[in-house]
Amino acid sequence: MKHKAMSAAIVAGAVATAVAGLSSTVPAHAQAKEKCYGVSLKGQNDCKAGAGTTCAGTSTVDYQGNAWTLVPKGTCVTMDVPGDRHGSLTELNRDLPKA
Amino acid sequence: MISKATPYRQSRVDAVIPARAGAGLKPEHISEILADRADVGFFEVHAENYMGAGGPPHRQLEAIRQDYPLSLHGVGLSIGGEQALDKAHLQRLAELNRRYEPGLFSEHLAWSTHETSYFNDLLPVPYDEAALDRVCDHIDAVQETVGRQMLLENPSTYISFEQSTMSELDFLKQITRRTGCGLLLDVNNVHVSCTNHQQSAADYLRDFPLEAVGEIHLGGHAPDIDDAGRPLLIDAHDREVDAAVWNLYERAVQNNGPLPTLIEWDNEVPAWPVLFSEVKAAEQILARAAEPGLRRAV
Amino acid sequence: MAAPNSLSGTGNPTGAGAGSGSREFSKALLDPDAAPPSGLVGPDGKAAPKRFNVYRNNVIVSLSEALGQSFPTILSLVGEDYFNALARTFVTHHPPETPVLMWYGDGFAAFLESFPPLAAYPYLADVARVEWAWLQAYHAADAAPLDPADLGAVAPEKIASVRFARHPAAAIVTSNWPVLDLVRANRFATDTVVNIDLDEPQSVLVTRPDMDVSVFLLRPGGEVFLSALFEGTTLEEAAASALEKTSEFSLADCLSDCLSSGAFAAIEGY
Repeated sequence: MKHKAMSAAIVAGAVATAVAGLSSTVPAHAQAKEKCYGVSLKGQNDCKAGAGTTCAGTSTVDYQGNAWTLVPKGTCVTMDVPGDRHGSLTELNRDLPKA
Repeated sequence: MISKATPYRQSRVDAVIPARAGAGLKPEHISEILADRADVGFFEVHAENYMGAGGPPHRQLEAIRQDYPLSLHGVGLSIGGEQALDKAHLQRLAELNRRYEPGLFSEHLAWSTHETSYFNDLLPVPYDEAALDRVCDHIDAVQETVGRQMLLENPSTYISFEQSTMSELDFLKQITRRTGCGLLLDVNNVHVSCTNHQQSAADYLRDFPLEAVGEIHLGGHAPDIDDAGRPLLIDAHDREVDAAVWNLYERAVQNNGPLPTLIEWDNEVPAWPVLFSEVKAAEQILARAAEPGLRRAV
Repeated sequence: MAAPNSLSGTGNPTGAGAGSGSREFSKALLDPDAAPPSGLVGPDGKAAPKRFNVYRNNVIVSLSEALGQSFPTILSLVGEDYFNALARTFVTHHPPETPVLMWYGDGFAAFLESFPPLAAYPYLADVARVEWAWLQAYHAADAAPLDPADLGAVAPEKIASVRFARHPAAAIVTSNWPVLDLVRANRFATDTVVNIDLDEPQSVLVTRPDMDVSVFLLRPGGEVFLSALFEGTTLEEAAASALEKTSEFSLADCLSDCLSSGAFAAIEGY
């Protein structure tokens, strides 16, 4: 493989910097200046994570019909998208292909 | 790799499930249950929700298992299926039994897998000799692999098979005789199936082989109607136990004595106190059934 | 003498018909336009389509709900009605191949990508990939992350050839879309306003060093660097590939993020 040169000494120096930074009392997150880098996004320790099995039936009736006349419509209104488009879902092309 | 389960084993409560009322464990209730040290006889979980390698589900279940007896309830083995059991899945069930030492282990008289497709529903089995042979073979394989007796749950059904040659009760009785498995009597399923097939739930319960029953399930159902306008009940586990089901339950435990009894609430899961009050209602019935002299002559 | 299809009593010793078997039953479950299987009857012994539909409904609704629980950001982005229709299509074409539903949905991202009505929303697939990585991390094997001091203890002349073992929960999603901001706005921080620039590519690292799953934004070149390390290349090779991709790559910063987030379980050799 052809790569740009990165000498062993540079690697060792970078590792030393990284390890030293982590062993100091300042958390790595706090050192990150740039937006979001190194900042974790945690669920509210989502206790009900993901799908569960069921041994129950359901009284919700929804097993048929083709709903491709539907247009996606997000329920989340807190997202502020650029321009005058508000809402959670943004089309990149205004014209939806016909289903 | 660190196993978080092993170090706590010595401090676990006894595995044996008392003849008390328990609740189906829901992740959203766990912190409240542990904080309140809720007075519940036992908890039951769906085995398939604990088949991941690690993470919060196992951490939470281990914490519950420290303080409460546990019942392990499989929902996806497809014991009533026409094809051979999924060996990998069976091994996962065996592993969960080893890891958590549940006091009871149960599965359903139903199928849920065809070829490679898993349908996540408890589908009905025709009651004929061929199906009986298959189900018995499958139960033998389960009990051999897991190394313990299992309980088989009577189903909620919405249709009948023209090909059936015996009643559900005869089918269940033959299974227990041939495999030595126990039964999980779901009283809500009895009410749902008997209503759906226009039969007497009281008669069904009177003939049920109660001596083979190791656990009882109670849960809520949703009312609907069929093509001809007849009542059609759906085993939705989405509400309180129906009065008719409480009555059938009380009769069963008065005749037979108290049995471990589980409240199932799997859809539209309520706040913990609501589920807990259903557990307490079952405990009151169990307490009455345990009083000497009140038991009915059978 | 009990009725032929009785639940109790002695039943019907002769039976009737060969029955449909689970093949016909299964096919009809996933096809709402198919006739219900033959040989299934109500209490009057007549065919009862509405009764069979209870099973159809249980299958489709329970599996659609399972998908919604695994992909809540997608649900939020497209809305409940659309999601239900979308999930129904996915479920009928790609039913689970395991009873363990935490493992169901592997193909959902690719389905979103290839689904013509969603062609105008090309970022949905990568959002689904982040949610899938999150779910798999949640259920991954427990393992202690690599202690940075272990790396500090490697002799400087050997450090360039260090290889790492990926932490069982760690995964990378490389994307040309702002996937971190999309999951933040629609799942993890729904009560805050997130400015989303659809032109901003965001690649993320998902980890679970202990019990909490975290999603980290990778720095420029971080996705190349970490992908290479997860494939087993040496630290030096991984850094060189990242630098080749972008001159903005900072080995010290990226490595610091990887170590603090728990991306590695161990040093595998050097």
